[in-house]
Amino acid sequence: MQDKTYSSYKQLEQKSKYTNLFLRWFLYFVLIIFALYFIFPLYVMVVTSLKTMEEIRQGTLLTWPSGLNFDSWLVAWGGRGYGAGDTFLKPYFWNSIKMVVPAVFFSTFIGAMAGYVLTKWRFKGDKWVFLFLLFGCFIPYQAILLPMARTLGVLGISNSVIGLVLVHTVYGIPFTTLFFRNFYVSIPSELVKAARIDGAGFFKIFFKILLPVSTPIIVVTIIWQFTQIWNDFLFGSTFSFGEAAPIQVALNNMVLSSTSVKEYNVDMASAIIAGIPTLIVYVLAGKYFIRGLTSGAVKG
Amino acid sequence: MKTLKIEELSKNFGSTEVLRKINLEIDEGNFLVLLGPSGCGKSTLLNIIAGLETINEGNVHIDDYNVSKVEPKDRNIAMVFQSYALYPSMNVRENMIFGLKQAKVSKEKIEEQLDKVSKFLQVDALLERKPSQLSGGQRQRVAIGRALVREPRIFLFDEPLSNLDAKLRVEMRREIKKLHQQLKTTVVYVTHDQTEAMSLGTNIAIMNHGVIQQNDTPENIYNKPSNTFVADFIGSPSMNLIKGNLKESSNKVSFVTHGSNIEIPINEYDFKEKSNLDNKEVFFGIRPEHIFFKKSNEEDFEINLRADLSEYIGHEQIMTFNFENQEVLAKFPSTVKIDLSKNTKLFFDLTQISLFDAKTEERI
Repeated sequence: MQDKTYSSYKQLEQKSKYTNLFLRWFLYFVLIIFALYFIFPLYVMVVTSLKTMEEIRQGTLLTWPSGLNFDSWLVAWGGRGYGAGDTFLKPYFWNSIKMVVPAVFFSTFIGAMAGYVLTKWRFKGDKWVFLFLLFGCFIPYQAILLPMARTLGVLGISNSVIGLVLVHTVYGIPFTTLFFRNFYVSIPSELVKAARIDGAGFFKIFFKILLPVSTPIIVVTIIWQFTQIWNDFLFGSTFSFGEAAPIQVALNNMVLSSTSVKEYNVDMASAIIAGIPTLIVYVLAGKYFIRGLTSGAVKG
Repeated sequence: MKTLKIEELSKNFGSTEVLRKINLEIDEGNFLVLLGPSGCGKSTLLNIIAGLETINEGNVHIDDYNVSKVEPKDRNIAMVFQSYALYPSMNVRENMIFGLKQAKVSKEKIEEQLDKVSKFLQVDALLERKPSQLSGGQRQRVAIGRALVREPRIFLFDEPLSNLDAKLRVEMRREIKKLHQQLKTTVVYVTHDQTEAMSLGTNIAIMNHGVIQQNDTPENIYNKPSNTFVADFIGSPSMNLIKGNLKESSNKVSFVTHGSNIEIPINEYDFKEKSNLDNKEVFFGIRPEHIFFKKSNEEDFEINLRADLSEYIGHEQIMTFNFENQEVLAKFPSTVKIDLSKNTKLFFDLTQISLFDAKTEERI
């Protein structure tokens, strides 16, 4: 056994104190570096969008703008007011809203129903159905572009917002079903049994018993689906063009197709506008992301 | 007329046989407990009675109606679940009247029922609360209340007490017993707890591997177990089953274990069939509580056994003795002092024994 005297303990104590102090400061240092790294692009975007072209040419990326100048935002949103060749985001923003709201609603609703059936109304082969649905999560989107284009053509809804709603609903279902199935698995099936004895049917049990306790998973699904569909570029650019395009496609066209000088301030403002809705959804929906709503149902 | 009658009922899940040729009958007002280890099919049987599971073969009758293909809501039953299964988004009032509302009962009648039942179960102060704001015992009471308001012909209980802590479980057990005494409704109650089964049931059906082993009164289940499974399942510690042979000479029957010269006379035993007893291989069954350290009546059989182990549990102690290399457990008051590794004089109460055929494991 080592014979450690009082002073040697004292020394060790000092040493560990310094080590801890160093590690703590190092930790903060690393965290600050990361924070700067992540905030930097956003800073550049916001700052650039508030500058005039003159300022952009003279200053550097990081220079503070001379004042709050929202001109480029107005241009990005509403255009310059002359006819042909003036691309601005407003109509496409509404296109995206018209696409994303029904698509999120239908895919969430169908996913909830499917999850309910797969967990509470088991049938022969339900495991296979779920397996194939899961497979849908892993299919690369590029692989289905051509068949989907053909399908939309046959249905007569290619190059329309409705077509995009259909595409996004269909490709959202595997994910939404997976979410809801995994959530409903944790809700005791005895609830369904009790409701059946009480005389409630298939839909009544779903709407009255399960849906009211599904808030957390509905919120998760909405956040996920909204972000996916709003940010989608591939489907939007493949299945729509011109008037019917969603905002991400329009943003791309706007930034790439400007014939004259590159207007960085307008580009930056457009990019921020295109990204704002997902941010709003996070802020609004995240508030309702409360756990433990089923605490009364699960074991005491 | 039987309130509940089950005939030749069989149930499979795929290739696994869960229930095999079940026959059961309950008279009006009786309390039947389905008791058995987990996986014996007792909960499946209850779900079948409720109509929540389909049947492969056989029939279920309620009040002489064949309800085998009738929906759960139309069977005139109510069920209380292990997890209470209270609807989490509804308050106590909505939980309790949900079934009546589905059945389109008039508003006045609903209010009347709710008022009566909630007062009776003392949950009338909790009506506006959500299930998550209730304690375990309160939830249990609301779950029972939800069943009561429907005034069913048969109450089905699926292990309703196993989620409660030990103290509350005993309290709720008494409440369920009181409830049954007052209401005299027919009850089918599933549990794996033998104390619950014994204290609540007017009848107990012990199940194992999807077969009813014995359906009898609690007294008969305890005193006259029909096979070694029942003998072993009921009682704590369970019945000693000592292997040996019967010996019959000049109309006197006795029991001998292998390699021993001790003959236990069993002339008083009530054999089902008193023939071919000589040399029969049997289990000699005696409960630990029927082995005494001093003579309590004249017929007690005196025997010397070596004490090997002592387990002290407060009000009593469980001693393990060696009987020709077979373990024999006995239960004594903890005040009795017994030395280990020494032979001790014990007394078997021969009026309380059971004998089982060693091959079929059935009572003889």
